[in-house]
Amino acid sequence: MSFLATHFNYVAVVVLLMSGLYIVFSSGNLIRRMIGLAIFQTSTGLFYITLAKVYGGTAAIIVEPGSETAQRLAAAVDPGYLAQHGVGGVVYSNPLPHVLILTAIVVGVATLAVGLAIAVRVREAYGTIEAEEIAEIDSQITPAREAER
Amino acid sequence: VISFASLYAAPPALLAHAPVLLVAGPLIGAAAAALAPGSRWAWMISVAASIFAVWMALGVTGEVARLGVVDYFVGGFAPPAGIALRIDGLGATMALLISFIGAAVALYSGHSLKAEVRDRKHTLFQAGFLLCLAGLLGLVSTGDAFNAFVFLEISSIGTYALVALGERRDRRALPAAFNYLIMGTIGATFFVIGVGFMYAATGTLNMADMAVRLAPLGDSRAVQAGFAFVFVGLGLKAAMFPLHGWLPGAYGYGPSAITAFLSATATKAAIYLMARFAFTIFQPDEAFVHGLLAWVLAPLAGAAAVICSLQAAFANDVRRILAFSSVAQVGYILLGLALGTIGGVSAGLLHLLSHALMKGALFMAVGAATLAVNARTLSDFAGAARDAPWTVAAFTMAAASLMGVPLTFGFLSKWRLIEAALAQEQAWVVAVIAVSSLLALIYVSRMFEAMFLRAPAQGAPRVKEAPIGVLAPLLVLSGLCIWFGIDASLPETLADAGARALFGAQR
Repeated sequence: MSFLATHFNYVAVVVLLMSGLYIVFSSGNLIRRMIGLAIFQTSTGLFYITLAKVYGGTAAIIVEPGSETAQRLAAAVDPGYLAQHGVGGVVYSNPLPHVLILTAIVVGVATLAVGLAIAVRVREAYGTIEAEEIAEIDSQITPAREAER
Repeated sequence: VISFASLYAAPPALLAHAPVLLVAGPLIGAAAAALAPGSRWAWMISVAASIFAVWMALGVTGEVARLGVVDYFVGGFAPPAGIALRIDGLGATMALLISFIGAAVALYSGHSLKAEVRDRKHTLFQAGFLLCLAGLLGLVSTGDAFNAFVFLEISSIGTYALVALGERRDRRALPAAFNYLIMGTIGATFFVIGVGFMYAATGTLNMADMAVRLAPLGDSRAVQAGFAFVFVGLGLKAAMFPLHGWLPGAYGYGPSAITAFLSATATKAAIYLMARFAFTIFQPDEAFVHGLLAWVLAPLAGAAAVICSLQAAFANDVRRILAFSSVAQVGYILLGLALGTIGGVSAGLLHLLSHALMKGALFMAVGAATLAVNARTLSDFAGAARDAPWTVAAFTMAAASLMGVPLTFGFLSKWRLIEAALAQEQAWVVAVIAVSSLLALIYVSRMFEAMFLRAPAQGAPRVKEAPIGVLAPLLVLSGLCIWFGIDASLPETLADAGARALFGAQR
């Protein structure tokens, strides 16, 4: 239990991941499926960000060593910890995963846009965005079209 | 591969940046095509950009033959801080394949678009196609795991939109594209999660660096879970059985140019990345990698080869027959990889090349035959051999290769697979290939029967011969299916170079 408590951020990631995936598979509504997909994708962002968090770390913008800000930040963490993890007397969070997730967010937004655009076209072509109704319309029309030939 | 070096004569200034120009050319072309004033301009930009990519791929291949590995630091920033492109024998082989198929499809699309895609979408079609090409070329040339994800998604997002453009002929393209988008995005997200686990364990995203740091971490649960995530994610993208549900719809209803392009390149690029992770970043003799290959990948690949061939044998829609056959053939390629030996991987890569050529040609031929009429089912193709002799001739050559008739490329690559399997004493692989080939004989002969023997129904719309602009790339691809069956020195060198490059890190 204490393991879960100390890793609550990972628990949150897994819960979000699974709920997103569940929405994608359980829902027949195309918009809802896109929402589920967005949650699923975004939760990986949380996963990366949570990896990047360094305890007591500040944003990865270089602070002038010895400046007032540096002293204030140094005072907030344990000196031994600071000596081990600090750079120039300041502990920073890892910036790389933030940058990666910035890219992943852009990819996610593009996917969402394309998905919603296709959903709009589906609605224009079929008059519905329910997967079951679409399948039913297709199954009714296909045999009729085959018979025409 | 050496012979390519002499084929190639580019100014050294271009050659020095060939790895990045390979990707940047189509990417810039995509922007230009989107802004082009008309569909003809967009088409010319598309052809020019894809031929430029072939040129650059040849240049890179020459350099790889000379140096072994080409490293390129994007923007001059050296790894691990910067993103590196790293092209070895396998990357060069894939880049050549993808750019070559891309150029053939670009030429082909000039006429096929008029019949299949709304006029005002032509410029956007070409833009999407070039984006997809750039993404795939980037995917096979990058040396950075996260960068690979970005390129994977650049190509995939282009693909979703392109498949949806098939709606003019058949509105079922729209739900198929949506489904593809959902499955593809889930696959990509799994890939990112897996890379995240590996990053957490190693602190690097550079593939070569990761390989070094992962070597002592074989027992780490996080690393193993990461590999599993990457494997499943790429399995979705590669249409690995049973994650292939999106494929028949997407290939069945997309525009034929895109179907030809995707079947020849997109799943192959995902297989490339899978091989990269299994053999270069991880080591196949590591217990969990070996276990996954032998006990998960091999049975699934075998099941794909049999079950999907069976589905193809019962399907009635020609494009769906070919789509199911694609899943089965992906099974063959994965069988080769699952053997986990240099011979098996080389055979798998050879089949990858042969399948790319023949399935590209087959989908192009079906598209060419249906430019004038919207033919879908077997009976729509009745009498096609008389109405469109050249198209059907090309179809026949590629289909013979698909069946594995001797003296075709398909026969040779299957033979190599069997040899590699016997060297490992995996007799069941031979049985799987035999059964699957028998089923291929059934579904191909059903198509032949309709085209050659059946008379068209009275008053039914007749298939027409395609114009030369469509026939030329089609005949080149199907001609290669035969040519490489007789003289396979080029593809065998490429496949061997690829397999050796994959295993190079450890031996």
